[in-house]
Amino acid sequence: MSTSTEFPGPVKWVDDRLGIAKIGKKNLRKIFPDHWSFMLGEIALYSFIILILTGTFLTFWFKPSMAEVEYQGSYSLLKGLHMSEAYASTLDITFDVRGGLLMRQIHHWAAVLFIAAMMVHLLRMFFTGAFRKPRELNWLIGFGMLFLGIVEGFIGYGLPDDLLSGTGLRITNGMIQASPVVGTYMNFFIFGGEFPGDDFVSRFFIVHVLLIPGIILALVTAHLFLVVYHKHTQYAGPGRTQKNVVGYPLFPVYTAKAGGFFFVVFGITALMGALMQINPVWLYGPYNPAEVTAGAQPDWYMGWLEGSVRIFPGFESTFWGITLSWNLIIPALIVPPAFVTLVALYPFIEGWITGDKREHHLLDRPRDVPTRTGIGVAFITFYAMLWIGGGNDLIATHFNLSLNHVTWFLRFAVILGPILGFWIARRWAISLQRADHDRLMHGLETGVIMRSPEGKYTEKHQPISTYEAYSITARDRLVPHEIGPETDENGVRAPRRALNKARAALSRFYFADAVQKPTAQELEEAHEHAHDADEIHELTEDTETYREVTSDRS
Amino acid sequence: MSEKRPSLSPARFLSARRRHRSAGLVVLLFGLLAVGSAYAAFAPDNAVADNSAQSQQIEEGKKLFAVGCSSCHGLNAEGGGNGEGKMAGPSLIGVGAAAVDFQVGTGRMPAMQPGAQIPRKAPAYSEKEIEALAAYVASLAPGPSVPGSESYDVSKATDEQVTRGGELFRTNCTACHNFAGRGGALPNGKYAPSLMGVSEKHIYEAMLTGPQQMPVFSDQVMQPEDKRDIIAYLKALETQKDPGGFGLGRLGPVSEGLWGWFVGIGLLVAVAVWIGAKGVKAKGAKASE
Repeated sequence: MSTSTEFPGPVKWVDDRLGIAKIGKKNLRKIFPDHWSFMLGEIALYSFIILILTGTFLTFWFKPSMAEVEYQGSYSLLKGLHMSEAYASTLDITFDVRGGLLMRQIHHWAAVLFIAAMMVHLLRMFFTGAFRKPRELNWLIGFGMLFLGIVEGFIGYGLPDDLLSGTGLRITNGMIQASPVVGTYMNFFIFGGEFPGDDFVSRFFIVHVLLIPGIILALVTAHLFLVVYHKHTQYAGPGRTQKNVVGYPLFPVYTAKAGGFFFVVFGITALMGALMQINPVWLYGPYNPAEVTAGAQPDWYMGWLEGSVRIFPGFESTFWGITLSWNLIIPALIVPPAFVTLVALYPFIEGWITGDKREHHLLDRPRDVPTRTGIGVAFITFYAMLWIGGGNDLIATHFNLSLNHVTWFLRFAVILGPILGFWIARRWAISLQRADHDRLMHGLETGVIMRSPEGKYTEKHQPISTYEAYSITARDRLVPHEIGPETDENGVRAPRRALNKARAALSRFYFADAVQKPTAQELEEAHEHAHDADEIHELTEDTETYREVTSDRS
Repeated sequence: MSEKRPSLSPARFLSARRRHRSAGLVVLLFGLLAVGSAYAAFAPDNAVADNSAQSQQIEEGKKLFAVGCSSCHGLNAEGGGNGEGKMAGPSLIGVGAAAVDFQVGTGRMPAMQPGAQIPRKAPAYSEKEIEALAAYVASLAPGPSVPGSESYDVSKATDEQVTRGGELFRTNCTACHNFAGRGGALPNGKYAPSLMGVSEKHIYEAMLTGPQQMPVFSDQVMQPEDKRDIIAYLKALETQKDPGGFGLGRLGPVSEGLWGWFVGIGLLVAVAVWIGAKGVKAKGAKASE
């Protein structure tokens, strides 16, 4: 590879003009660590590619127009009905374009998977602390893509102009109108007049096929560039430090793995599109503001917003002739943006609380930071309760429950659930830490009972492997943020004392009850103690290496 | 005129007396007698036969009612309490035969237990018994009768009628029964049931009588042909195969999301774990080389 003379003709031709050998040499040998959880983001990337390919196919036949036409296609149950061109062309794609229904269904399933994969990827980032310095900005980029993906999906769901998505848009229209002062103006701006008007399909179309995909594509590029620039994080293990990356080169290992995985994702999505019916717009019928259907829900990623509105008690107040619909303002315009902002800014919040300014390239296991894990579970529980609320009617009918009971349960669960979830997850993580600590200090229980000459019974313990011991002890000791003395040497009070005190209190809470990893000395002592207690006289090879490694780390 | 008196032939006698001043009266009497006898000979016989069959059916229905229905609806279908001041069953006077045929024919009545809503189940009575019960309830006061099969026969429905039925269905029914007639939730444990597997007659009767939570769509509100078109659309939906594959219950995005997460993401994560595990093996193989 060092000299371009080795290349075959065409490659040399390209290399002479573009210098690909130099770029390739550096980047094809780029090392990435290996773990299944590092492939979750790939699912999202591949789904996005599938979305672009199938979406392009759909644009060849879709007519983004709200002009009224009489349907004369081959679906007899709607024949002769007046509808928008958008809906009629969607029916044509479904029933009269070869492969059209399959493409529509792959496109829709890929959208479902795209956003789900981004969310799973985000959870992996969260629970392993991958968002810490220097990756906070990449977390924000990822969050931006998730947000845009959701908007993109919702707009795409509205394009066919069917009864279901029309109802969804009507709800969105209501939410926009609920914004104090600006609501009506915003609504007229978006829909070009009274809802539904004649404009939204053509407007949404260009946003859906050009604007948002373009921005997402730019963000994907930035996201991947930063992954390469920061180098990928890795889980702790022997030989893995904050300063290296242990894994395989991009070529040939990851080109094969990722390439193969792309085809698996495409294959599974295609199978879903072929076998599982999604968004049967012909059953919904064309949108008509006078009609509505039971079980009108948005796609899953908007479900938590729907649920938020569904479970919120209905009340509104009127001031000087202006109605404030609190039943929309709070659950649609205050709670969701506040929650999203909180999660988006979490890396900065955690950084501020812990006072940690170091770079992190080794990932945490969820148990290593119990409070963060607890907060993550609280976030999930909060989201899940709202999400369930979005399907409260189907839950009521399918489990023979009262709709009102489901709603009232969720009203409490959305507040109490996250608290309970936080507490359980945190204690669970701490218990796992303690179990790790025990394994490290006392080793494995062998089940071999020893009797000493005095008649004392003890169980023989086997030290754990070096590999495991290293992995367990690679984490940092968790030290609360120190705020320093009350006054400096001249007796002047430190500035912003109250804020710093609050920060220290939060920091103590953050690290309270967490089990610290033992120092080398503690480990040594535990080991000596174990020898006395267990009457183990022979020092095995394992024990020796194990001690060597741990003392290296400290 | 008096000379003609000795002739006694009846024809001559009648002919001679035809202009007698009481002749009209006599003819009228004869006429009445003839009509009366003819009526007595034919009509009363029929009426007696009819009455006996119908009253027998009503009588039979009344007996069945007394055994199976009266504990809640009262001995004379006047409605009844449960002994704690709450209504056990409403009055059935004036609900008509159609309501009985629907409620008993779909197994909703007799109800197993009181609740937010009485569910559909296998009917407890035979068709003859249902007819008897319906006849008894219909005999109490006029109400909608069981529709004739011509009013809900949708086998000859045209495409236009089906399309029209779909539009009527979406305007009047989907708000509770879902876009594909799969049912939906109503407040406090009540629900709009699924319309799948319900006979044409029962759908028609439900619209006509408005059972439980359902509003009444009387013939003045929704014409008989509107009802028939809606049934035609529903039957077309029911028999229609899902062109996109497995229909996921035709419940909309909630079941789609569920399948997307459990099947889609579940499978993909499983594959990711599998590929990840392959990597470890590859490492071992390389190290040994």
